Order: sequence, then structure tokens, then C-alpha cells
Amino acid sequence: MDRVPIAKIGPTLFVSIQIDLEDESVVQLQEDLADQLTATGASGVIIDISAVEIVDSFIGRMLTMIGSISRLFDAETVIVGMRPAVAITLTELGLSLRGVRTALNAEKGLALLNGTA
Amino acid sequence: MDAYGGQGRMAVYLRDHHDKIVGRWAELVLAVVGGRLSLDEIRHELDDLYALLLRVMTQQDEHAMGELRATLDELSRSRARAGFTPSQTALGVFSVKDAVYELVADTADLVHEYLAFTRMVDDLGLRTFESYSAAREQIIADQSAAMMELSTPVVRLWEGVLAVPLVGTLDSARTQLVMEKLLETLVATGSEQAVIDITGVPTVDTEVAQHLLKTVNAARLLGAQCTICGIRPQVAQTIVSLGIEFGDIATKATLADALALALSNAGLKVVPA
Repeated sequence: MDRVPIAKIGPTLFVSIQIDLEDESVVQLQEDLADQLTATGASGVIIDISAVEIVDSFIGRMLTMIGSISRLFDAETVIVGMRPAVAITLTELGLSLRGVRTALNAEKGLALLNGTA
Repeated sequence: MDAYGGQGRMAVYLRDHHDKIVGRWAELVLAVVGGRLSLDEIRHELDDLYALLLRVMTQQDEHAMGELRATLDELSRSRARAGFTPSQTALGVFSVKDAVYELVADTADLVHEYLAFTRMVDDLGLRTFESYSAAREQIIADQSAAMMELSTPVVRLWEGVLAVPLVGTLDSARTQLVMEKLLETLVATGSEQAVIDITGVPTVDTEVAQHLLKTVNAARLLGAQCTICGIRPQVAQTIVSLGIEFGDIATKATLADALALALSNAGLKVVPA
């Protein structure tokens, strides 16, 4: 199973998902992220899914869950770089990722977290 | 192929009178198509057909029937594209019977073979009908695809502000296309604001509203904000009486208002020069 790396940049945790997500790796990511949030006290999480081409309802739900977990640590989650096809799939599945913010790319996501957007 | 056999003597007869029959056939076809094709053009087409017909009748080779059908299909397709009517197309084949009959009428011993010949021509005529309508359907499908492409433009109003002027009825297929195009353009141009103008949408029912909501939600997932504008008074009444909720999606009366909102969302301000 591939692990998704988590990088800390300033007060933000940066997660770039470069692999096709399997259910296991998403669960692992959730755990890793919770650990990192506790360890670093980060105030924001950026999840870059620009390389993700396939999503299902489980992964959609996990993204929402990551948002909820981060909020417990008083960190805000921004999902960035979603592909149009992925957005359409999630909408058709009836998942609107409530409680998670979205941005077109990582730069705009960072600006959103820093309150400059 | 056996169905058309037993026309050996007929075939010999037809070959002997090649020029006469093709000439008469071409005249008959010319009368039907009404001056849209020249006699030479028609003769040229019929020469090919006639040669293939003879090959089928003499059963020289097994490819003849396939070639004849292919030639007929091609002929019907080009007729359909050129805007000829189905009768004009089919009569182009059927009139060979008249041309042949005029010659055979006096020759009593060929009548039996002539019947087999007409059966064959009838089959071929029906085939032109079929390929004609297939070609027509293809044309209609192409046109609706072209219209679909034309009717879903995504335009850039400002740096970071896109607009989708929707005209015509919104069905699932169109919404899908609009959604894909809008989302792709949002990503490609890095725009965070989109204005969906529904001035040209004649009716908004629950299904159309559902489609609009889906589009807005998908755009939101990308990190873009949508404003819906151009809701006409009657449409507004329908929406309210149907109990459709647009939720927290911004709606504005006119495109101008929506643009102003999009600009202010993008952190821009319009001031008098």
C-alpha cells in the first residue's frame, strides 16, 4: 500500500495525493493527518487532488471526514485542484463536500487559508 | 443470389441493348430529378449500375451483388445529402423497369425472365430507400450535435469571471455538456467566478432546476462560485410555485447585476473613470 506524504509548510499541512486512491491509503492518510495535526498544531490543511482521476463515494466521504477531523484540531481544510470529471462524479453521487472549502489550485488554496483571498 | 438467377437470356438481351436501355433509363431519371442533374452525370452513374446489374444477372462472380449494393448505398447517400426526396432517389432505380419493359414488351418469351428481373429491381429499390433514410438520420444526428456545440458557449467576461449564456431547453445531455465545458474552462483559465445566464431558457421546471443546481455544486467543488441570472418574471413565479429552492446560490435579475456581484466577489470594484 502506498502512503501519502504530508508536508508542513509554515502553519499549513500540505498533502499532495499523487496516486490512485485506494480505500486503505485514505484511511491511513486520515490517521497520519490526525497525528500530524496534533504534533504540529497546524491551522490549515491543503489537500491537492489534481492528480486524482477516479473517485468513488467512499473517497468522497473520507474527504469530508478529513475536514471534520481537522476542524476538531481547529484547522481548516481546503481541497485544491479537483479535476472537472471528478467534480461531476462527486456531484452525481450527491456529495457536496460540506464543511470543506475548495480552491482551483494550491496557490489559491493557500491564499484562502491566509485570508488574503 | 440464387433468387435472381435464371435470367441468362435476359442478361444477354440487356447487354445487346446496353446503350438503348441506359439512354432511356437516364431520360426517365432526368424527368424525375427535374433538371438538378445533367443527362451526362446521370448516364455516368447508371452505366456503373447497369454493368453491375448485368454481372449479378449472369452470376459471373459472387462479389457483384455486394458491389451493386455498395454502389446503390453510396448513390442514395449522395442523393440524401443533395436534398433529393426519397421518391426521386428510389425512382432512379425503379425506372430501369420501364426502360427495359419498353423493349421487352414485344418479345413474349422473355416475360417470365422479366418478372424475375423486376423482383430484383424492386429489392434494390427498397434498399435505396433504406440507405436513403439511414443517411437522413445521420444528417439529423450530425446537425443536432453541431447545434449542441454551438449552443453552449462559455465566454470570458473579465479576468477570472466566466459567463455561460444558456439558450433553449435544458435537458440532461445539454446540462452535462454545459457542465463539462464550464468546469474545464474554469480550470483552464483559473477563473473563480462564473455567471450562468438563463434569459434564453424558456421554462424552468424541477428537472432543469436540478440540472442547474448540479452544475453550481460541481463548480463549487472546484473552488469556483456561480451566480445565476436572467430569471424572467414568469419563470420566477414557476420556480416559487414549484417550491424549488436555490439554497445559498446567488441569483440576480440581470447579467449586469451578476457581473457586478462576481467582480466584487473577485475583489474588484468598478468606479467611474
